[in-house]
Amino acid sequence: MTDHSQSPDTQPSKHAGSLLSPSPGTIKRNRAEARFKGYGIAAIAVGLLMLLVLVFTIVSKGVGAYTQTFITLDVELLESKLDKKGNRNLDDIKKVTTFGYAPLIKNAFATKLEELGLETDLKAKDQAKIVSKSAAAQLREYVIANPDMIGKTVTFKFLTNSRVDGYMKGRVSRESIAKDKSISVAQLDFVDQLVAAGVIKKTFNLDFILGADASDQRPEAAGMGVSMVGSLFMMLVVLALALPIGVAASIYLEEFAPQNWLTDIIEVNISNLAAVPSIVFGILGLAVFINYMHLPTSAPLVGGLVLTLMTLPTIIISTRASLKSVPPSIRDAALGVGASKMQSVFHHVLPLAAPGILTGTIIGLAQALGETAPLLLIGMVGFIASNAPDSLSSGLLSPNSAMPAQIYEWAKRADPAFYERAWGGIIILLVFLVTMNTVAVILRRRFERRW
Amino acid sequence: MPTLWLVIALLALSALGFVLGRQRAMQSAGGDTRALHSLPIYYGLNVGLTALLPALAVLLVWLFAQPMFIENQISDMIPAELIPENSTRDLVMSDVRRVAAGLDLAVEQGALTETAAANLRAELTDVRARLGEIGVALGSDVRPEVLDAAQEYRKMTATGNTVMTIVVALLALGGLAVSYARTHKDYRARNVVEQGVLALLILAASLAILTTVGIVLSMLFETMNFFSLHQWVDFFFGTTWAPNFRGDSELSILPLLWGTLYISFIALLVAVPVGLFAAIYLSEYASNTTRSIAKPLLEILAGIPTIVYGLFALLTVGPLLAGMFAKGGLLGVEWMAGATSVLTAGVVMGIMLIPFVSSLSDDIINAVPQTMRDGSLGLGATRSETVRQVVLPAALPGIVGAVLLAASRAIGETMIVVMGAGAIAKFSLNPLESMTTITTRIVSQLTGDTDFASPETLVAFALGLTLFVLTLGLNVLALYIVRKYREQYE
Amino acid sequence: MNDMTFVERTVDTRQTKIAAKNVQVYYGETHAIKDVNVEIEDKTVTAFIGPSGCGKSTFLRCLNRMNDTIDICRVQGDILLDGEDIYDKRVDPVQLRAKVGMVFQKPNPFPKSIYDNVAYGPRIHGLAKNKAELDEIVEKSLRRGAIWDEVKDRLDAPGTGLSGGQQQRLCIARAVATEPEVLLMDEPCSALDPIATAQVEELIDDLRQRYSVVIVTHSMQQAARVSQKTAFFHLGNLVEFGETGQIFTNPEDPRTESYITGRIG
Repeated sequence: MTDHSQSPDTQPSKHAGSLLSPSPGTIKRNRAEARFKGYGIAAIAVGLLMLLVLVFTIVSKGVGAYTQTFITLDVELLESKLDKKGNRNLDDIKKVTTFGYAPLIKNAFATKLEELGLETDLKAKDQAKIVSKSAAAQLREYVIANPDMIGKTVTFKFLTNSRVDGYMKGRVSRESIAKDKSISVAQLDFVDQLVAAGVIKKTFNLDFILGADASDQRPEAAGMGVSMVGSLFMMLVVLALALPIGVAASIYLEEFAPQNWLTDIIEVNISNLAAVPSIVFGILGLAVFINYMHLPTSAPLVGGLVLTLMTLPTIIISTRASLKSVPPSIRDAALGVGASKMQSVFHHVLPLAAPGILTGTIIGLAQALGETAPLLLIGMVGFIASNAPDSLSSGLLSPNSAMPAQIYEWAKRADPAFYERAWGGIIILLVFLVTMNTVAVILRRRFERRW
Repeated sequence: MPTLWLVIALLALSALGFVLGRQRAMQSAGGDTRALHSLPIYYGLNVGLTALLPALAVLLVWLFAQPMFIENQISDMIPAELIPENSTRDLVMSDVRRVAAGLDLAVEQGALTETAAANLRAELTDVRARLGEIGVALGSDVRPEVLDAAQEYRKMTATGNTVMTIVVALLALGGLAVSYARTHKDYRARNVVEQGVLALLILAASLAILTTVGIVLSMLFETMNFFSLHQWVDFFFGTTWAPNFRGDSELSILPLLWGTLYISFIALLVAVPVGLFAAIYLSEYASNTTRSIAKPLLEILAGIPTIVYGLFALLTVGPLLAGMFAKGGLLGVEWMAGATSVLTAGVVMGIMLIPFVSSLSDDIINAVPQTMRDGSLGLGATRSETVRQVVLPAALPGIVGAVLLAASRAIGETMIVVMGAGAIAKFSLNPLESMTTITTRIVSQLTGDTDFASPETLVAFALGLTLFVLTLGLNVLALYIVRKYREQYE
Repeated sequence: MNDMTFVERTVDTRQTKIAAKNVQVYYGETHAIKDVNVEIEDKTVTAFIGPSGCGKSTFLRCLNRMNDTIDICRVQGDILLDGEDIYDKRVDPVQLRAKVGMVFQKPNPFPKSIYDNVAYGPRIHGLAKNKAELDEIVEKSLRRGAIWDEVKDRLDAPGTGLSGGQQQRLCIARAVATEPEVLLMDEPCSALDPIATAQVEELIDDLRQRYSVVIVTHSMQQAARVSQKTAFFHLGNLVEFGETGQIFTNPEDPRTESYITGRIG
C-alpha cells in the first residue's frame, strides 16, 4: 500500500452550493419527474375512469329492465266468446285463437273506465293497444288452464306495451313519438289518466329474470330465464369435460412427461391454443360437431363442447401452476417411504394442489360463460328460446340460447326497447361472473399455502 | 335411451369386477394382505377398469362413427335425379333424419306399432298428418323416397345399436374374465393399473394436439373447397369484397385485412400508452396499498366479457361519437354517417386491452433486477430518468412481446367489431368511416342461411385459416421474444 | 501484505464530511439501527464491519437516502453532510446522491455500452457541455476506475459483457463520473474472485485521494487492508468507532474483540 502524500488535484466541485437550495438543473429535472409521474397517474385514472363509466352505463341503463309497467284489469271471461257450446270441452276452448280474446280486453277497459268514472276520446281499439300483444295469449293460457272460470270476472295484471313502459321510464316522450305508429299522444294522455287512477303501475318484474325471450314485437315480455338455463347446461358440459381432462393433461405434463420433442410440441400447442381467437373455435365447432358429426344446431351440448376446447388451455395452465407450487420435498417424502410415483401424485400432490386447481377452473368457467363469438357460429343466436327444457337430454340437445348470445340477439333487434333488456341481461351476466370470481378469490385466500 | 342403460350396465359390471377381483386376490393370498404384491384395491381396480375402459372406448367411437356410416349409406340410396331442384342432398338428408325421428317418436308414444312404422307407405298414408298428430311438424309432404330412406335409416340404426350393444357387452365381459383369471397374489396389479392410468393421462394431454389438428384440418379442407370454386389470386390479391349470393362474387381478403389492421392499430394506440404508463406507475411509483387496490380494479376490465364491450361500442361510444361528428352533431360537421366506425370499435377495443398490456408490462418491468434501479438511483438519477433510461430499455424486448400479444388479441377480437365497426369493406384512412374486419365477415358469412357448397359461405373458412395463421404467427413470435427476455434475467 | 500490521498513515487535519447524530432506523416495527453517532472524515476510507444483519448496510444506505426507495423504512435523527441535514425537507435526494455516490454489492452495469454506462451520470446531471467534454469525463472516470486500459478499444461494447471484476470497476468508474464527494461502497468485493478483489482494493486506496470513501465489508482483513477508520456494528448498535489500527489491535469493547477474534459473527 502506498502512502499518498501528494495533494489531490484541486478542482472545483461540480456540485457547488448548498444541498438545501436546489440547483436550477434539479428543479427542471424534478419538474420532468413530476410530469412523468403525472402521466402514470393519468393512465391509471383513465383505466379506472373507463371501468367506472362502464359500470355506470350498465347499471343506469340496465336497472330499468327489472321493473316493468303493468296494468290491472278485471276481465269478464264471456262464455259467449270463449265457449259457445257451453260444455267446457277443452278441445273446443282451444279452438278459440288469441284473436277471440282481444274483445274481452276492450270490454275490460270499458268496465274499468266506467268504474273509475274516467272519460276519454280514445276509441276502444286504441285503448286496448296500450296493453302488450302478449296479454291475449296470457288470457288464453289462463282460460285453458282453468276452464271452469269461464263466465266469471277475474282480475289480471297485464304487461303494457313497450312504448307505454318506455313512457313510464322516461325513455319515450310526447316529442319522441312524433313518427311512431305504435303509439299516439292521445294514448299517452290516456295512460296518464290511468296512472293517476292507480290502474297502471311500475313494479318489479321477476319475469325478466326467469322468463323466456319473446318475439321482436313484444320487447316488454322478453326475459333471460331460458337462456340462463342454456348457459347452465353448457357450463355443466364444460365442467364435466374440461376439469377431468385438464387435470389429467396437467398431471401428465407436470409429473410424468419425459423431456422430448413430443412433450415440447404439446406444451407449445397449449400455450398457443390459449391465444387462438375464440371465433376460430366456433369455426371448429361448426365444421366438426355440426357439419361432420351432425350434432343438433343451437344445442347447448355443442356450445359446451366448443367452450370446453376453448377453456382447456386455461385450466391446464392454472393447474400446472398449482401442481408446480407443491414443493418437490413432498414428492420426495412420499417416494422415500416407498410410494410409487403415481401414488405420490394422487395421494399427496393432487390434494395439496386442489384449491389452486379449483380456483383456475372457476376462472376458466367464468371466461367460458361470457364468451359469445363461437356461439354465433353454432347457431345459438337468432331464434327465440321460448321453453325451458324439461329433462337433462333435452336440456343438452334441444335448441337453446345462452346468456351472452341472448344479449347479442337483443342488441341486434330494431326496437330500442330491447336495448334496455340487453343492458339488464348484462347485469345478470356480470352478477354471475362477479360471484364466480369472488368465490375463486376467497378459495385462493382461504387455502393458499406458502411453502 | 338405450345407450345410457348400456353405460350404466358397464359401470355396474365394472363395480362387480372390482369386488370380484379384490376377493380373488384376497383368497389367493389366504386373507393375508401382506402376501399380495399390491394392495387389494389395485386388484379390484385392475379387473374393474379392464372391464370398463376398452368397452367404453369402443362405445364412444361407435357412437361417433355409426351415424356417419349410416348417413353415407342412406345418402347413396337416394338417386341424384330424385333430389328436387333448388334443393341439395344435404336438405333431403335432413328431411330423412326428421322423418325418422318422427317415426321414432310415434312408436315411443304408441301412436304406431314398430311394424306399422316400418311398413308405412307414403302412397297410402298421409305421413305428414300422422306425424303432425303427435307433434312432429314437417315442412312439406313426405315423398315416398324420403320415407323409404327414413325407414331404412331406422332399420340400420336399430341393427347398428344391437350390434354395438353385443360388441360392447362381449368386450366388457371378456375384459372382466381375462383380468379375473389373471388375478393372483403375485400379479403386479398396481403396475398394470398405473400403466393404464398413465395411458389415460397421455390421452388427455394429446387432446391439445388433437384440437389444433382439428382446427387446422377442418379449416383446411373447406378452404381447399373454396379455392376450387374461387381463384386464390383474387382472394389474396384482389381489392374488392363484394359477396353476391347469386354467384360471381368478388371475395378478396385485402380490404378486410385493412379494416382489421386499422382497428387494431387504433386499439393499440389507446391501450399501449395507457397500459404502459399504468404499469410503470404501479411497479415503480405506487405504494403497496395503491397497487393492491388499483391493479385488481384495472384487471376487472380484462374480465368483462367482450359482448359487454360490444354493447358499449354499439349503444354508448358509437352514438357519442356520432353526436359529435355526424350530421347535426355538436361540432356541426358531417364526417360520420352512422354510429359504427373504425374509431368506435378501436377505442372500445383499446379500453379492453388496457389491463392486458398493463399486467403483461407490469410482469416484465418487475423482472428487471432491482440492482439496476439501485445503480441508477445511486448515481442521483430521478425515478423517471431511471425508468426511461435504464428500466425501459432493459425491458424493451419484453414489452415488444407484450404489444405483439395485444395485437394478436385485437386482430382476433370478434364481438366488438361485429357490433361497433360496421359492414362496409373498403380502403380508407378516415377513422370515422364504417369498415369491416375478417372476424366480422366470418360471422356474417357463417350465420343465417348457409350453403356449404357456395364460395360465399366457404370463404369464411379461408378467412378463418388466414386469421389463425396470422394470430398464431404473432403469438409464437411474441412468446419467443418474452421467453428469451426472461431467460436473460434468470 | 501482512494483514495484521498497519502502516502509520499521515493523519493530517482531516475535516468531518458526514456527521450522524442519534440516528434511528425502523423497518416497519423492527428497530434496525439504534442511536448511532459517527463522524466520517474527508479523504479517508471508513470501514463498517460487523456480523451479517447488524445494520451496517442499512446505515450506509441512509447516508445517501437510498432507503427512501423502501416504503416501510423510517429514519430519525440527524445526518449532516458538510453541516447540512440531508434529511431536511428542502433537500432533494437526487442532488444529494450526485454528491454521495454509491457502489453496490453485485456489479450492476446497465444494459448499455461501456461508454453510455459511464456517461449516464454526467448526462443526467448535465455535467458536460458537449460531446468532447463528455468524452473527457468518461476517459478520466474510466482511468480513475483503473479499467481504462482494458476497455479503451471497445467502449461501444455492452457493459454486461465484461468479467465480474471489470464490471465492478466499471460501476466504480460510473459512480466517480458524477464527481461525488463521498463514495459509499456496499460490500463491493463480495461477488468477486480474489484477484479482482485485490484490484478493487487497490483502486479504493487510490480513490481516497479525492473522495471520502465509506465501505461496508464482512471481511475484517479487507477492512484492515483498505481503511483508516473502522466502525463495528452489532445488532443495530454502533459498538466501537475509531482508528482501524486501534480497533484491530486494541479494541475497547469486549464484543468487538469477540468479533475480531472470531468468537461471534
